[in-house]
Amino acid sequence: MRLTCTVNGREETVEDVWEGESLLYVLRERMGLPGSKNACEQGECGSCTVYLDGVPVCACLVAAGQAEGRRVRTVEGLAEGDRLDPVQEAFVECGAVQCGFCTPGLVVQAHDLLARVERPSDAEIREALAGNLCRCTGYEKILDAVRLAAERKASA
Amino acid sequence: MDFLRPTTWAEALAAKADQPDAVPVQGGTDVMVEINFGVRRPVALLDLTRVAELGTWTSVDGRHRIGAAVPYSVIIDRFGGELPGLAQAARTVGSPQIRNRGSVGGNLGAASPAGDSHPPLLAAGALIEAESRDGGVRMIPADGFYTGVKRNALRPDELIRAFHMAPATGPQYFSKVGTRNAMVIAVCSFAIALHPGERRVGTGLGSAAPTPRRAAEAEEFLAKELDWAAPLAPALLDRFGELCARAASPIDDVRGSAAYRRHAVAVMARRTLSWAWHDHLGRRAA
Ligand SMILES: Cc1cc2nc3c(=O)[nH]c(=O)nc-3n(C[C@H](O)[C@H](O)[C@H](O)COP(=O)(O)OP(=O)(O)OC[C@H]3O[C@@H](n4cnc5c(N)ncnc54)[C@H](O)[C@@H]3O)c2cc1C
Ligand code: FES
Ligand code: FES
Repeated sequence: MRLTCTVNGREETVEDVWEGESLLYVLRERMGLPGSKNACEQGECGSCTVYLDGVPVCACLVAAGQAEGRRVRTVEGLAEGDRLDPVQEAFVECGAVQCGFCTPGLVVQAHDLLARVERPSDAEIREALAGNLCRCTGYEKILDAVRLAAERKASA
Repeated sequence: MDFLRPTTWAEALAAKADQPDAVPVQGGTDVMVEINFGVRRPVALLDLTRVAELGTWTSVDGRHRIGAAVPYSVIIDRFGGELPGLAQAARTVGSPQIRNRGSVGGNLGAASPAGDSHPPLLAAGALIEAESRDGGVRMIPADGFYTGVKRNALRPDELIRAFHMAPATGPQYFSKVGTRNAMVIAVCSFAIALHPGERRVGTGLGSAAPTPRRAAEAEEFLAKELDWAAPLAPALLDRFGELCARAASPIDDVRGSAAYRRHAVAVMARRTLSWAWHDHLGRRAA
């Protein structure tokens, strides 16, 4: 089937999409957007997190056809031109990235948290990121990064 | 595989009637896992996310009528006050991303004995509104909805339109045992709802039998023995726990043994009743 949706502000159309395919597969394999990662395909790891109509979801659990006509925003769509989003900057500065596989999902999920809550408590950060697994960092630097991004956004 | 995209409820019912094998998909948090892993290759997917009314709610006869596709995140935000048991259960589901997509309607469709919405639906006496093009609307009490492991009372041509639940008239609690807070399938779970006006207590057990179920004997015991103006007698609390554990018929599996589950049900039953009773007496005093 054919699928048309808006991805990072641009309308995209892809052909020959299999009806049982996930949005994650479409993004990575058909639209050339490999930012969202495929690590589990069962909603457990959060590394495929994208915005669907403004709501963060696991792209691996969205049927491609369900995205028809909808707005998708991936990690590739967070920066403005060359300027990284404050969340992305903070991840780099705090050393919250090691192998990087979990990073795109965490960045999108943290981005959503900071859009909703200006100064999240540690408990709120942990709760928001509870569905994003990282096998490398031990999470402490990820928490640091989210705190730093929150501070900068709030004082900007 | 066909991908069917009805945009109205009538179209959805027609699609299901014409193709009863089509698998409905809402949040996809059960369906897509099965497809990704090749466990399921349906002849057709019936996408319900374009049927707007499934994502909305109204009030009917003093009850909330909540569309099958309303996600857990909305249940938590909008119904924490009036449906506290269900909202508590919703908070324990998966992760934020899963709660943004997963729905009570999908939980009912999957009918897993471990599904977290079932115990609070049972305890509060929810009704499930099912409909088909040729058979019309059926209101199915939660108590009669679960018919076997991952089986429910829906006919092949039926879809879930909504569930109906009255705003709580007394304290409600949900309790779930698992290895961590997030992303946990219940080892077992328990819900309680006090109905002070009727001098009745509702219960729901999860992951403790082939289907979610009430502890009917325990409910009858409380209806007879509870003094609604007095503190809970320890012996009564113990007996309630025992009767709830007796309502369970759990299995040994990777998540826990049958003996552990029976024990945990008794503990959760006592705990949730104590919490609810504390609130109940507090409200009487206020
Ligand atoms: C990582 C992860 C964690 C999870 N954690 C939990 C948890 O903690 N607790 C829990 O209870 N569940 C959990 N689940 C399971 C799942 O999220 C829930 O069962 C959820 O309620 C399913 O809702 P959905 O809208 O995504 O359903 P879908 O996947 O869209 O559908 C589920 C089933 O219901 C049927 N169906 C859907 N809509 C209808 C309808 N309107 N009429 C008739 N049938 C319908 C479908 O055909 C399918 O059989 C988890 C899943 C994942 C992937
Ligand atoms: S790949 Fe989607 S949650 Fe892991
Ligand atoms: S940095 Fe490697 S998984 Fe998180």
